[in-house]
Amino acid sequence: MSIQQTFYEAMREHGITRRSFLKFCSLTAAGLGMGPEFAGKIAHALETKPRTPVIWLHGLECTCCTESFIRSGHPLAADVILSMISLDYDDTIMAAAGHQAEEILEQTVEKYDGNFILACEGNPPLNEDGMYCIQAGKPYIEKLRHMADHCKAIIAWGSCASWGCVQAAKPNPTRAVPIHKVITDKPIIKVPGCPPIAEVMTGVITYMLTFDRFPELDRQGRPKMFYSQRLHDKCYRRPHFDAGQFVERFDDEGARKGYCLYKVGCKGPTTYNACSTVEWNGGLSWPVKSGHGCLGCAEDNFWDRGSFYSAVTNLNVPGGVEATADKVGAVLAGAAAVGVAAHAAASVISHTKDSNKGDSSHE
Amino acid sequence: MSSNVASGPHDSANQKAVYVFEAPVRLWHWLHTLSFLVLAVTGYLIANPLPALNGEASDHFLMGNIRMIHFIAAYVFAIGFAVRIYWALVGNRFAREIFYLPFWRGAWWKGLFYELRFYSFLTRKQHKTLGHNPLAQMAMFLFNTLGTVFMIVSGFALYGEGLGTDSWADRLFGWVIPLLGGSEATHNWHNMIMWVMIMFVIIHIYMAVRADIISRESSVSTIIGGWRMFKDDQP
Repeated sequence: MSIQQTFYEAMREHGITRRSFLKFCSLTAAGLGMGPEFAGKIAHALETKPRTPVIWLHGLECTCCTESFIRSGHPLAADVILSMISLDYDDTIMAAAGHQAEEILEQTVEKYDGNFILACEGNPPLNEDGMYCIQAGKPYIEKLRHMADHCKAIIAWGSCASWGCVQAAKPNPTRAVPIHKVITDKPIIKVPGCPPIAEVMTGVITYMLTFDRFPELDRQGRPKMFYSQRLHDKCYRRPHFDAGQFVERFDDEGARKGYCLYKVGCKGPTTYNACSTVEWNGGLSWPVKSGHGCLGCAEDNFWDRGSFYSAVTNLNVPGGVEATADKVGAVLAGAAAVGVAAHAAASVISHTKDSNKGDSSHE
Repeated sequence: MSSNVASGPHDSANQKAVYVFEAPVRLWHWLHTLSFLVLAVTGYLIANPLPALNGEASDHFLMGNIRMIHFIAAYVFAIGFAVRIYWALVGNRFAREIFYLPFWRGAWWKGLFYELRFYSFLTRKQHKTLGHNPLAQMAMFLFNTLGTVFMIVSGFALYGEGLGTDSWADRLFGWVIPLLGGSEATHNWHNMIMWVMIMFVIIHIYMAVRADIISRESSVSTIIGGWRMFKDDQP
């Protein structure tokens, strides 16, 4: 494929009709929360811009991001996105294997130097010189650094690439680190979640390819259009939270009536993601709708925060203290009360002794 | 710090009472106390809600009201503290005491160790104090002043999550959340420092009552009427 080929041409080549193409453009504009005039802009951009290749690397991960991505319920998305972004390399779903596959990386670097997008699923382990993740005979960290040197921008797919996720949880034996800890000279967009929602992934990648830039990011590098609100803010069970109606146990009346899951550990109030609006599997359901609290999988360090089933979770003080603020606090306040009582008793004894001696405590 | 006594506006050698806490300081003290009490109770109930209510969701607004009371008390707490900072600038020297530690003064350290010995029953001799003794000043600064600043900053950061991205609270204080390790960690630290401040309140009340009974000067009545009264004429 020549670098001059446009997205539209690439899509037509894959058998997408013009009608489907335009439908896709309008659905994408709606999915990204844009006005109707943006459908035309997206179509125009896709018709005139040379397609940008995407290299999709896999580090330490479970492939759930890819699994989620290829199940995008957004109409046509699976087909259109896959042909549109023309994944030049994704070792999980590409036909090529072995040396043939690795050659594609070098070809892309040569042909599209500084002009391709690097999508990273999973993260590199740094311990033992990176030997916990070997690809094509080399540590993954070397492959990542090499490709990052030549790419235009990086998408950190999922909680692994964005935050570290389970392999970086304590004690992190392989010293797995998120992408932004090792690649510091390229723009990185974080799309956290374990996995991220398919429509969020396709939305982000479509935006980037269409407008040739990142969507607006928040302080932590996540696209605002999908990560600017907590699940709690748009949760359909929110009225039960405000009313004070909670599930106390998973087998109680409140659970049957669909009350708020906050007291059984729902992390919706502290988790930024689009689950409560976009939902999963084409809008079929999402964790809270299925009757279980959110685990907070799109948040940094969510494995190490203690129970998934209590509202107040561990403090994670450096040094290894794992207790809730309420427990530590009760001990502190209790110790203060006991200390005060003991000191008061000692004061009384000391003062009485002084008075008996006729020794004024004032001098 | 007896050396400061003579240099103050009042010569305590011949005086039985000194005006220490001006009206705005006293008013703030009690507003701060009341709002902290309301914040601690409602805050605890937000982290650990009351037993679930039955019936239609539209019949109740219990959590909503608890949160509303928390937010109103938080505004009293924060605005009161802002006015208190202003008064530290324009008020008398005692109004400034809780906002800094004079760690560069040797006499202050000497006084601190002296108070530590005194409260460990290692010495009987008591110094006369006008404002806060060095130990009290340190506790007040570390637990009350810094604690209050932390609670206001982290509290408005959490408030900004509800108001939404680009709200004033998010723009001013939202940076705290990634700094503390995310929304959940910020909630937990906000909760933890509440307990630290409760611990401070327990010790603070004990120390104030104890000082009122057995020290050489008034204590509890001073934060009500403002005057520090001395029980003897000695220096």
